[in-house]
Amino acid sequence: MDEGGQQPVILLEGVSKFFGDFQALKDIDMAVKRGERIVVCGPSGSGKSTMIRCINRLEEHDKGRILVNGHELTGDVKDIDAVRREVGMVFQSFNLFPHLTVVENLMLAPRLVRKTAKPEAREIAMRYLERVQIPEQADKFPSQLSGGQQQRVAIARALCMNPEIMLFDEPTSALDPEMISEVLDVMVDLARDGMTMICVTHEMGFARKVADLVVFMDQGEIVEQNPPAEFFENPRNERTKLFLSQILTH
Amino acid sequence: MSFDIMLIVDSIPKMLVGIGLTLHLLLLSTVIGLILAIITLLMRISGRWYLAWPAMTYIYVFRGTPILVQIFIIYYGLPQFDFIRESFAWPVLRAPFGCAVVALSLNAGAYVSEIMRGGVLGVDRGLHEAGKALGLKVHQRFIYITTPIAIRLAIPAYSNDCISMLKATALASTVTLMDMTGVARTIVAQTFAPYEIFIAAAIIYLVLTWVIQRGFGLFERRMSRYVKQ
Ligand SMILES: Nc1ncnc2c1ncn2[C@@H]1O[C@H](COP(=O)(O)OP(=O)(O)OP(=O)(O)O)[C@@H](O)[C@H]1O
Ligand SMILES: [Mg+2]
Repeated sequence: MDEGGQQPVILLEGVSKFFGDFQALKDIDMAVKRGERIVVCGPSGSGKSTMIRCINRLEEHDKGRILVNGHELTGDVKDIDAVRREVGMVFQSFNLFPHLTVVENLMLAPRLVRKTAKPEAREIAMRYLERVQIPEQADKFPSQLSGGQQQRVAIARALCMNPEIMLFDEPTSALDPEMISEVLDVMVDLARDGMTMICVTHEMGFARKVADLVVFMDQGEIVEQNPPAEFFENPRNERTKLFLSQILTH
Repeated sequence: MSFDIMLIVDSIPKMLVGIGLTLHLLLLSTVIGLILAIITLLMRISGRWYLAWPAMTYIYVFRGTPILVQIFIIYYGLPQFDFIRESFAWPVLRAPFGCAVVALSLNAGAYVSEIMRGGVLGVDRGLHEAGKALGLKVHQRFIYITTPIAIRLAIPAYSNDCISMLKATALASTVTLMDMTGVARTIVAQTFAPYEIFIAAAIIYLVLTWVIQRGFGLFERRMSRYVKQ
């Protein structure tokens, strides 16, 4: 494992993914360095989710190589487990465990995967609930929380495993407008702390604020990637221009 | 035709002689059925054909034939085979009680495993993915995520099945057992008052059904605490 921060923590080389005959990812190359914040955008069906889901093996890629923190993702269960321990993920639909209270949601993985003792797991959980500013909700069930609160719990749940990398798949798309900023604030905060992040999102304000690189995907390909200033002021590809004109007019 | 309410009231206590056997049959076959159901379910969803196929065949055979026919086959049919009479299972299968329990359990196992499969399939895929992303292993996801949610989803159908089982225990009376229906039939033979006696039996079955319903209702409420009302 690298310490210098120059070698990529996530490396995708020529990654392709098929669903039957349909090619969802076409020869994707991407390198993410430690501490880098990447925002991925693109039209619906362009393969954004598929790409980040390949990184923690929720999808299996069919061609190419994926390396995460030095572990290559092959069929080997050990590598998959190692990668999942280092990569946290936040989903559009929160996916909180409905039958567990908020604090139990946060304690489950540390207890089962890291074998953390119960009091310690609870302590860690409370620390992260404070970080996402809802410690008072600890003993409620997810269904009793607002969407924004649920998504903050989901972020805290991922953080409890102390991941080096966080993946976000449209974390604010399912939220009412007035709750979007409370979730983005937590993500900005994480970015400030130097978390390596890949965020699929169409929140361009967030992209401008924290992204080191904005990646635009279309039809399974990475069409363009640039730092936000360049990406927004000076898009080169026609498809990027069209996409930006569509989302920025709203 | 005369209809004697007092006879109904009088025969209820007599009927209770059989309630012990009825409950015994119900309890044993529910518990054994549950164990069979879990094994069958795990085989069925194992993703391995050599486990899944036998499970599916078992379910098909026992759901596809009447329990009465199964009881008769086990009671009258199996003793024809020497190897059965020489096997360790003979002490169970030679007795009517054993035969009834075996038939009812096998039946419950087949139905309940399908009920459980419904519950398991009802668990949101996103929760599995969240579990995977957190690094939980297959069996940990099954125990800590799938099972508690699937149980809640399966309670109504399972409660229904337990009530069916209660009623199916009456079939044991066809192989000479003195469960409540067996007792009722004997009293009918003595008093020639089939209406009153069977109505008395029906009343007791209804009371038992109410108890089962209520028990599962409470259990479901408990398991659903987390669901938004
Ligand atoms: N499990 C699957 N089976 C078949 N096709 C799939 C599957 N998952 C995704 N696809 C297809 O792959 C393509 C890329 O899907 P993906 O979910 O990665 O897109 P996306 O960019 O995340 O879109 P969105 O913005 O709508 O979330 C889509 O055409 C989709 O229909
Ligand atoms: Mg998507």
